[in-house]
Amino acid sequence: MNLRRRIDAIKKPFAKGEKWERFAPAVNAFDTFLFVPNHTTHKGAHIRDGVDLKRTMVTVIIALLPAFIYGVYNTGYQYFVQSGLAFTFWDALLHGALKIMPMVAVSYGVGLAIEFAFAVYRGHEVNEGYLVTGLLVPMIMPVDIPLWMVGLSVAFAVLIAKEAFGGTGMNILNPALTARAFAFFAYPTYMSGNKVWVSEASNVDGISGETILGSLAAGNEVSYSMFDMFMGAIPGSIAETSTLWVLAGAAILIFTGVGSWRIMVGGVLGAAATAILFNLWGANALMSFSWLNHLVVGGFAFGVVFMATDPVSAAQTTKGKWVYGLLVGVFCILIRVFNPAYPEGVMLAILLMNVFAPTIDHYVVEGNIKRRKKRLNATLTPAT
Amino acid sequence: MSLDINLKKGLKIPLKGKAEKKLVHAKSSDSYALCPSDFHTHVPKLLCKEGEKVKQGQPIFYAKAAPEIQFVAPVSGTLTQIVRGAKRRILSIVFQADGKDQCVKHKLPELSSLSADDVKAHLLSSGCWPFIKKRPYDVIADPAQTPKGIFISGFSTAPLAAELPFVLEGQEADFQHGIDVLAKLAPKVHLSVAAHDDSFLSSVTAAEIHRVKGIHPAGNVGVQIHHIDPISAGEVAWTLGAEDVAIIGRFFSTGIFDPTRTVAVVGPVVSNPSYVKTRIGAALAPLVSAVGLEGDGQIRIINGDVLSGRAAHADGAVGFYSNTVSVLAEGNRYRMFGWLPFVGPNIFSMSRTSLSWLLPKKNYSLDTNMNGEERALVVTGEMERVIPMDILPMQLIKECMAENIEKMEALGIYEVAPEDFALVDYASTSKLEAQSIIREALDLMIKEVG
Repeated sequence: MNLRRRIDAIKKPFAKGEKWERFAPAVNAFDTFLFVPNHTTHKGAHIRDGVDLKRTMVTVIIALLPAFIYGVYNTGYQYFVQSGLAFTFWDALLHGALKIMPMVAVSYGVGLAIEFAFAVYRGHEVNEGYLVTGLLVPMIMPVDIPLWMVGLSVAFAVLIAKEAFGGTGMNILNPALTARAFAFFAYPTYMSGNKVWVSEASNVDGISGETILGSLAAGNEVSYSMFDMFMGAIPGSIAETSTLWVLAGAAILIFTGVGSWRIMVGGVLGAAATAILFNLWGANALMSFSWLNHLVVGGFAFGVVFMATDPVSAAQTTKGKWVYGLLVGVFCILIRVFNPAYPEGVMLAILLMNVFAPTIDHYVVEGNIKRRKKRLNATLTPAT
Repeated sequence: MSLDINLKKGLKIPLKGKAEKKLVHAKSSDSYALCPSDFHTHVPKLLCKEGEKVKQGQPIFYAKAAPEIQFVAPVSGTLTQIVRGAKRRILSIVFQADGKDQCVKHKLPELSSLSADDVKAHLLSSGCWPFIKKRPYDVIADPAQTPKGIFISGFSTAPLAAELPFVLEGQEADFQHGIDVLAKLAPKVHLSVAAHDDSFLSSVTAAEIHRVKGIHPAGNVGVQIHHIDPISAGEVAWTLGAEDVAIIGRFFSTGIFDPTRTVAVVGPVVSNPSYVKTRIGAALAPLVSAVGLEGDGQIRIINGDVLSGRAAHADGAVGFYSNTVSVLAEGNRYRMFGWLPFVGPNIFSMSRTSLSWLLPKKNYSLDTNMNGEERALVVTGEMERVIPMDILPMQLIKECMAENIEKMEALGIYEVAPEDFALVDYASTSKLEAQSIIREALDLMIKEVG
C-alpha cells in the first residue's frame, strides 16, 4: 500500500476545496487506472457487479487485438510481397509497427487530450470510451495517411460527433467512423483509389495497392481467392482485411456479452440475403460477386463486429438491434453494388443506420406503449 | 392449482452466507424501536410522550395525512426516547421492554360476521394496516380504496433471503386465517409459490395459487403481478409480506397484535448464518451476536436483503417489513488493476469478463465496494436481461430522470417498484442508481397524479 499512500499524497491538492480541485478528473483518470477506487455503495443495492466501464472497454480492446496485430503484420507483408523483397515474419511485423504505432500514438494523444479537457471543463470523470475509439481509428485508416490527417480526423470526430452532443453516451454517430468519414470526404486522394492501400504504394511504382472492391468497381478481375480474403492477406484498411481474426474478436465480444450478437447476426443475415438477391440478378461485376465473398471482403466483417455494435450509436432496444443489424447489412451491399464511387459500403451503411437507430427504437418503444394502452382500454370497456 | 408462470430473465447472485434451516436462540433484547422511515411518504404524529408506559399494541403515532392509519408499540414497556434528526424529523422511537407482556386486547366477533369495512376498521385500530402496501407506488395502502386483487409472494428469490415456508413453520393456521381475512377485502387474493413448493403454502385455500418458476426477481410480488394481472393506470393492487399475513391472522384469532417474526440473519461475514425468532422493532445487535461474525473488519448491517434492503445503524432495530438481516463487509479498499478482465476467479460478474463463469458452484464473499465509478450510460441490453417484465427498463429510467410524467405512465411506471430494479443497480456497468431513480419517480407520480 506504499504506492497507494504516495498517490494519496499526490492527489491532496486536487481534493475538494483545495487549490487544483478543478483538475481532479484528470488526476482521477490515472489513479483509477491503477486502482479500482475504495468507493462503497450509499443508496440502492448494497453489492455491485464486478463489471464497470473500464473492464468493458478493456475487453473490447482485447477483442480488437487479434485483428490489430494481424493488421500490423499484413501491412508489412503487402509491402514486401508487392515490392518483391525477401522478408521474414518479424520484418513484416516491424515494418507494420513502424508505420502504425505513430498513428496509434497520434490518435490516443489528440483524442485523450480533448476528452480530458472536456472532463475538466464539465466537471465529470473521464469516460473510458475513447480507449476503444482511439485504437479503432488507426485500424480503419489506409496505412499511408499522413499523421496530421489522423490527428485532424480524430479532433473532428471527438469534438463534433461526440462532445458537441454532450460527450460519452450521447453521441448519434460512431466517433471512429466519423473520423474515417471526415478523412474520406476531406482528403479523398488519401482515402481511396489504387495508390493508398499498401504501404509506400504512392512512392514506389511497382506497388499496386488496389482493394478487391475497388478493382471490381473499376471493372477489373480479382486475383485473390476466397481463402486469401478470409485470411486477410489482401490490401485494405489496416486491420479490416482478416475476417478470421475479426471473427476471433467477435467470439470474445459475444462470449463475454460485451458486444451485441443480435446486431452481428442481423448484419450478416441482411448482407447475405441482399447479396444473394443480387447474385441472382447479376447485372454487373459487383452484383455477380459471390455473396460469400461479399461477407469476407473489405471492411464488412470488421464494421459489423466492431463498429455497428457500438452500444451508444446502435439501436438500444432488443428488437431494434435486430432491425438495425439487418439494415446495416442490406445497405452495405446496396452501396457496394450501386455506387461505384464508394466501393466500400460498410462505413456509410453504419453511419446511415446510426442516424436511423433512434427512429428504430422509437417504433419499438411505441409498440410497448401501444400494448399497454390496449390493455388499459380492455379493462375500461367491460366484457360483454 | 393455477397458471404456471415461467420466467427466464434475471440473475442468481451466488452470495456466501445462506441461512441454515435452524433456529438459534438470541438473547432477548430489552431495547426496541420503531423507525417512521420504514413507512415511506408518511409523516408521523405522536400519540405518546417520552417516559410514558405503553402496552404492546398501543397506538404510538398516526400518519399525518391519513390519521386513521395507526402505528402501535411492538412490546410492552416504557417509551424511553424519541430520536430526532434535522428539522426535528423523528428518526426512531425507542422502547424499553418491561417483560410483563401487557397487551391491548381487541374484542373481535366471528370473521364470517364481519363486513369488509369492519375488517378494515379492525386492521386500522390494531396497527396491522401498515402491513398492507399498494401498487402503484409501493406505499401503505389507502383504506378508502378497494383493490382489484391482493397479491402475496410465497417465496423470495433475492440473494440469501429468508425461506418463507421455513419462516412460517408453526404459523400455518395463522397464515390461512390471514388469507381468509384478506379475502374479505378484495375480489381475489393471489398467492404465488415457488415452482417446486411442497409446503403448506401450496394447499392454502381462499387464494388463487400461482406457481412461479424463475430466478431473482421472480419472487418479487411486482413481477408476479405483472404476469398475473398487470396494473393499468387507475387500478390498484395491494401486496403483503407472507409473514405479515400470519400476523394479521393471529390478530384476528387472538385479538392481540403480536409482531413475532422469524428473521434470517445472513451474509458472507456471518459465521453461523441461521434463523432467529424475534419481533418487529427488536434491536439488531443481539441477533447479529447470536449468529457470530467472522473477522473484525468494518461491517454493514442491512435490514432486508442485500439488493433492496436498507443500511441500519449498529443500534438499529428489525424493520417493520424485513424478515432478513444481511451483514456485509464494507468494501472501502483499493484494488490494484482491479478492472483487468479475465483475471482472478474471485470477482463475480454477470458478464463473462471475469472467470467466475468457470465456477458455477462457487459462492462469493461480496462486499459493498462499487467495483468502479459512475459513468455515462453506454452499455445497452444489460438492464433488459434482469427485468422479466414487458417493460423497457432503460427507456423508463430515462423518462423518470427527465420527469416526463406522460411517458413514464405510457412505459409502465405503475407496474414497477424500486425493488424490481434492484438488479439493475447491481448489474449496471455505469453504476446507475436505478432504485432511487424509480423511487423518486414514484414520489413525483404521487405528488402529480395521486
